[in-house]
Amino acid sequence: MRRLTRDRVLSIGLIAPSLIAVAVFVYGLIAWTGFVSTTKWNSLSPDYTSTGLDNFVSIFNYPRFQLDLRNTVVFTIFFVGVSLAIGLFLANLLDRKIRGEAVFRSIFLFPMAISFIVTGVVWKWLLTPSAGVNLLLGLDPDTNKWLTDPSVVHLPTGTVLNDIGLGFLATNQWGVPIALLSIVIAAVWQMSGFVMALYLAGLRGIPDELREAARVDGASELGIFRHVVLPLLTPVTVTAVIILGHISLKIYDLTVAMSPTGLGFATDFPATYMWQTSFFANQFARGAAVAIVMLVLIATLIVPYLIWNRRQEVSR
Amino acid sequence: MGKRFSALLAVVALLVLACGGTTATPSPAPSGGQTPAPTATGAPTLAASCQSDASKTPVEVQGWWTTGGEANGFNKIIAMFNDANPTICVYNAAIAGGAGSVAQGRIKAAVLAGLPPDTFQVHMGHELLDTYVNIPGGSVMAPLGTDVIDPAQFPAGVVKIISGADGKIYSVPLNIHRANELWYNKTIFAANNLQPPTTWAEFETAATTLKTAGITPLAIGDSGIWANGMIFETVLIGTLGADAFLGLWTGATSWNDPKVTEALTEYKKILDPANGWINTDHSSLSWDQAADKLIDGTAAMTIMGDWANGEFTAKQFADYGWAPAPGNADVYQALSDSFGLPVKAQHPEQTKLFLAWLGSAEAQAIFNPYKGSIAANVTAGDPPAGELQYNDYQKSAASDWKTNTIVPSMEHGAAANPAWSSAINDVLTTFVTDLDVAAAQSALVTAATGFTQ
Amino acid sequence: MTAREGAAVVPAAPRGPSPLRRLARPAVYVALVVAAVFYLIPVYLLMLTGLKGSSEVTLPHMWSLPETFGFASFADAWTALSPNFLNSVKVAVPAALLSSVVGSINGYVLAKWRFRGSETLFTLILFGMFIPYQAILIPLVQLESNVGLYGTIQGLVLIHIIYGIPITTLIFRNYYVAIPDELVEASRIDGAGFVGIYRHVLLPLSLPGFVVVLIWQFTSAWNDFLFAATLTTQQNWPVTVALNNLAGSFSVAWNVQMAGALIAALPTLLIYVLLGKFFMRGLLAGSLKG
Repeated sequence: MRRLTRDRVLSIGLIAPSLIAVAVFVYGLIAWTGFVSTTKWNSLSPDYTSTGLDNFVSIFNYPRFQLDLRNTVVFTIFFVGVSLAIGLFLANLLDRKIRGEAVFRSIFLFPMAISFIVTGVVWKWLLTPSAGVNLLLGLDPDTNKWLTDPSVVHLPTGTVLNDIGLGFLATNQWGVPIALLSIVIAAVWQMSGFVMALYLAGLRGIPDELREAARVDGASELGIFRHVVLPLLTPVTVTAVIILGHISLKIYDLTVAMSPTGLGFATDFPATYMWQTSFFANQFARGAAVAIVMLVLIATLIVPYLIWNRRQEVSR
Repeated sequence: MGKRFSALLAVVALLVLACGGTTATPSPAPSGGQTPAPTATGAPTLAASCQSDASKTPVEVQGWWTTGGEANGFNKIIAMFNDANPTICVYNAAIAGGAGSVAQGRIKAAVLAGLPPDTFQVHMGHELLDTYVNIPGGSVMAPLGTDVIDPAQFPAGVVKIISGADGKIYSVPLNIHRANELWYNKTIFAANNLQPPTTWAEFETAATTLKTAGITPLAIGDSGIWANGMIFETVLIGTLGADAFLGLWTGATSWNDPKVTEALTEYKKILDPANGWINTDHSSLSWDQAADKLIDGTAAMTIMGDWANGEFTAKQFADYGWAPAPGNADVYQALSDSFGLPVKAQHPEQTKLFLAWLGSAEAQAIFNPYKGSIAANVTAGDPPAGELQYNDYQKSAASDWKTNTIVPSMEHGAAANPAWSSAINDVLTTFVTDLDVAAAQSALVTAATGFTQ
Repeated sequence: MTAREGAAVVPAAPRGPSPLRRLARPAVYVALVVAAVFYLIPVYLLMLTGLKGSSEVTLPHMWSLPETFGFASFADAWTALSPNFLNSVKVAVPAALLSSVVGSINGYVLAKWRFRGSETLFTLILFGMFIPYQAILIPLVQLESNVGLYGTIQGLVLIHIIYGIPITTLIFRNYYVAIPDELVEASRIDGAGFVGIYRHVLLPLSLPGFVVVLIWQFTSAWNDFLFAATLTTQQNWPVTVALNNLAGSFSVAWNVQMAGALIAALPTLLIYVLLGKFFMRGLLAGSLKG
């Protein structure tokens, strides 16, 4: 591959503009944000005096931001988990020579074409206790509070956590806010069809011979699914986790349209807080610190993936 | 294959008929920073664009009035200005969404990049002064001379909170809204032999009666916490009185004051689900959806700014009355949308002409009946014949404006620095859930640190 | 397998992996229909609300049928949105096309012309997908104004292309990696160079990859609101900003809003439905696999 020098120059020359653009617009701007996060810039007149990590100390000590981090983790786990489960389930249903497969596929996939803001508005209507699904299904609004449920649930419940010396885990910062699950429903509605498509493509890519062989060996259908099919779907799962995970960690439009902060910050997210801190309260340095924390969170998700990806490549 | 294709076509047809959209809607901003809108009806009417006419100097006005009465009225006075000034094209580049927060993001990013719009919308008071004027590097807004605004035509209290630390005026207030108003369903009140409560004690009695009658006493829609914060402000005013309330923002009254504890305790009573005085779904409703509960008779009262008047009118509901919020008699809690001139505006001379027009008695008399507010310019009289006239509510507000004590609104940018009101909103968001008076008070004291002036 | 198709109603179709395969066929269809209802209900609500008059739109009556079917909301919404439709096309079409070209070239280089450090660069490019855009608006406005593109459609297209580089490069690279190197070698032996190999080997096989990228980029450019609202001037606003402006600074005419949402979503929906099959094929061909 290295013999054609002219071609090599051409190849690097063609990719160079993209590399420069990414260097400036991604890394340059991340560096800028990182720099701003260490300054005192808290008005419309930039003040680049350094304050070290004060802004970070300040946001981590701020109760609202602590809850935002909780929400990000809880939301990511539920959104990714439920989307994968539903996507896999639907893909399995569709991978059975279904009449009207294309119709079902289109119905499951189309929410992806809709913007998160519209999704948020419609689901806000649907999950308002006095109307929406409660009205449609005749559910009791006092027990099905959806978006307005103020409770934060801990597992295990009761005083168990205190009894085993983990009392701090029973605080608000370590629970699951029930209202947040309503946002999960809307997000799953939007993205699970896409996961279904990914899995369906994955299932179609698995050669029948593998299943046949397992069947001949006397494996049960469940066994085949667990030991043959699921492992082969791992790359699909990883891709889906990454795509869903980065949506989840950056989520903004959907939550702002549906429930901007929620009762006791039950549906507040770092991006919501960042926008308000920067563009309403003019605390640009603080907002930059929030952005950097978000990037670090995203990196903790993506870097293992990238390493895993590299290993896969090598072993291929 | 053919079968599949026809199935696909069926879905296309279905989806073409059925499916939903793209970026849409507002929904209250996470915090203060919003301007009320009076009406809910009608398609937007952006002013016909004259920008393509090269013989005219374009003047960009950035704000968040895109639909309903506020946009109709604003576009009307823009059109009048453009007609009178054939060499200038003022255009309304408003962006709605997040109740003004999207427009604010755009404005601030543009100001920071040195490319501000020629003029933009900003609440009078600390939102204006602490964001753009009294800032470390010097004001990014230009002072306005008497050729633009004549201070004698505006109330002294208003002039004070559009003036920078240097005593110069930095924006032109176009309107005055009232924040501390109680709205009630007349039929429900009559059926239960009730009068609008004038104190919080009377409110409690009325609430108990209404609850017994199976009606939600007070409708709240605080999916944007500011709507709840407005109630807290009226409780503060009712408990502390106007002077001490003002002192909260200047440092003359401590947030540790026992009266603040009293106010928080009252506020807690109002919100406490155990009392059942407010609708349980308040956190998922916007203020106008809460106001709808008065219309359909499931709730008796709501406390909201006077843009609620526009909402009722738009929904063709006439069976409502208004009174100052309990304990708020003779106190007019005000907010105003104003327009300023950025130092780096590209067409300052033309913009000054436009700002002078916005401040004029004539423009304000024409605009405010649409907006549902009253004129900030005291010399503005009734609208000329043939124009939209003030309604009954606005007439009563105009007379109150002349006699009442004026206090600024925190939730609408007048009373406090945005960072401070943002911090207060964060405290209230927690309080609404945990109702912990002591914790809230100590958090309010912390929030005030460094901001009182 | 085809022989068994006629017996579709028979439980437990033999082919395939899933324990679900043991489910009776009717149960499968019931499950699919229930799922379909879940996906369609929000759309039904949008349509229902769009057909109502503004005074009929209240939460307690959200499921009631309109008293009089009227398309007035749709007409109102269309009047407001139509001037901006063209802007959206001017943004989304070039953004999608150019993005796919850029992604295809990047993917080609990174898959078939690897050089020392190219894998690291690929990783670094990918990370760009994860940047929270709200965080970088201020310097972005500054950068755009420095190159004289602030406020313009071209500027917005450029931003979509740049922030599309990570995903488009990922899709095409993974897609091209799946194309056997032997094909490339054979072409090289025939004397083809960088351009020749691309044109005669890769490009003809790229259609599903292009479809995936075009759909993805078109949708994200069409639905974008944040960049559009902050980086363009009024006469260049795409339909998302106009749709957003159907709402007042506070009050919302929900019927017009929802009708507008339906109208503004038509292009992306049509693309999903019409190109859905190619989208699936592109996914199958590995463009989004790990």
